[in-house]
Amino acid sequence: MTDIRSLEQTLLDNPVVSLCARWHKGESLPYSIYVIYNIFLIYTSEIMEGCPMANDSESMDRRSFLKRAATGAAAGAFPTDMHDQDHDHQVVPSDPALRTKALESLLVEKGLVDSAALDAVVDMFENKIGPRNGARVVARAWVDPAYKKRLLADAGPAIAELGYSGAQGEHMVVVENTPKAHNLVVCTLCSCYPWPVLGLPPVWYKSAPYRSRAVIDPRGVLREFGTELADDVEIRVWDSTAEIRYLVLPERPAGTEKMTEEELAALVTRDSMIGAAKVAAPRGGKA
Amino acid sequence: MNGIHDMGGMHGMGPIRHEKSEPVFHETWEGRIYAINRAIGAWRKWNIDAGRHAIEQLPPADYLRMSYYEKWLARNIGLLVKHGLVTQEEIDTGRPAPGSQKAKPPLTVANVASTAAQRPSYARPDADAKARFKVGDRVRARKINPTGHTRLPRYARGREGVIDRHHGIFIFPDTNAHFQGEQPQHLYSVCFRARELWGESASPRDSVYLDLWDSYLEHT
Repeated sequence: MTDIRSLEQTLLDNPVVSLCARWHKGESLPYSIYVIYNIFLIYTSEIMEGCPMANDSESMDRRSFLKRAATGAAAGAFPTDMHDQDHDHQVVPSDPALRTKALESLLVEKGLVDSAALDAVVDMFENKIGPRNGARVVARAWVDPAYKKRLLADAGPAIAELGYSGAQGEHMVVVENTPKAHNLVVCTLCSCYPWPVLGLPPVWYKSAPYRSRAVIDPRGVLREFGTELADDVEIRVWDSTAEIRYLVLPERPAGTEKMTEEELAALVTRDSMIGAAKVAAPRGGKA
Repeated sequence: MNGIHDMGGMHGMGPIRHEKSEPVFHETWEGRIYAINRAIGAWRKWNIDAGRHAIEQLPPADYLRMSYYEKWLARNIGLLVKHGLVTQEEIDTGRPAPGSQKAKPPLTVANVASTAAQRPSYARPDADAKARFKVGDRVRARKINPTGHTRLPRYARGREGVIDRHHGIFIFPDTNAHFQGEQPQHLYSVCFRARELWGESASPRDSVYLDLWDSYLEHT
């Protein structure tokens, strides 16, 4: 490990490492740093190729090497700055982070995008649009039979009654789970998902394992989510191949008869509205 | 195109990694590229189908290796250059070309909320399109292998199903993605029995529903 340590020491003295860390922290730095960073990557690749540790079991890949190097550099250069937040993500700026930052700067400078508008979009999806919206739709359908009827007949207007509409919710269909039929939603071709009611999809929904298996092995997929269905329950998988977006209306669990609409909404999970899970009975309830 | 994106029914992709209390964006840049995607889309130089096709055209090895938003980053850079909003040189240098005019962004703080609340429609109810099928008809998904964009997954081609729902008339992605016009067609939800798709190992009770356009289908 001595070779790695001495390389680290070399990197500690490298101002580019420090600059990368500052950039990642959100400081606005000139484009030239991005260019230098790329040269720096080539430089470190060359070090790794010539490094005697590179091929043995204790060697690190380039990313962990860089991470370690940058962490060390940042700790030396910015002792208070880097440790005052609950940073559990990597300290070294990943390549897409830098490239996104470079792209945003270019687009802003060209007047193609407005940085503050980007902030507003991020804020909207981090704080306003999410599965709580869908949960309110479900809870309303559970307590109001007339609403449920409207929702199942023509979901778009019924969902809009609660104030939810927008991109990727233009053409909504709600499918109802019953003791004899269970619905599961997937997009095998990309990542189609009803944003206005569920927000942006979780990583697993967009990933190859779910997209490949949901249609061929829905029972196996559901089992991985802890949802065991009896053989006599019919599974309907909805592959979102067009602009129709599907929301599952899960079964209302037993023991919730006295709960308010608001309390019911709190029980409804995102996964239950994709159909990957059922809504669990409340604690203390008779499930 | 018969690309890696057409994953339905594939094996070997590993376990589903469910994350508890997953954040909307895992890293700051993911939120930025998501928002950039919206902001540059507001220039209306391309459409949603062209955007999807751009991701399908990533080299298969890259498609599998890249994270979701890395694909969006690559796609967005490709679309910006292809449609002339920026040049490759500007991407490479990170600077606007000397003497280039500064534009006015269509997506602003003032209109983010109103734009988001709009319900742009992909339906074209008044288009002149004939419905060749009705609910209850037995149909077969055609055996086609277009090299461009299509929303008919391989696993359904040549398989028989039943029209379960008639959604109306919708923009046809196979032409729209290539800027060959919307050419709207009737769209149906087609129910395929799991055994028709996957054989006897599938449950006799289960089905897969796909939303398919008129020209993807034929009478049995």
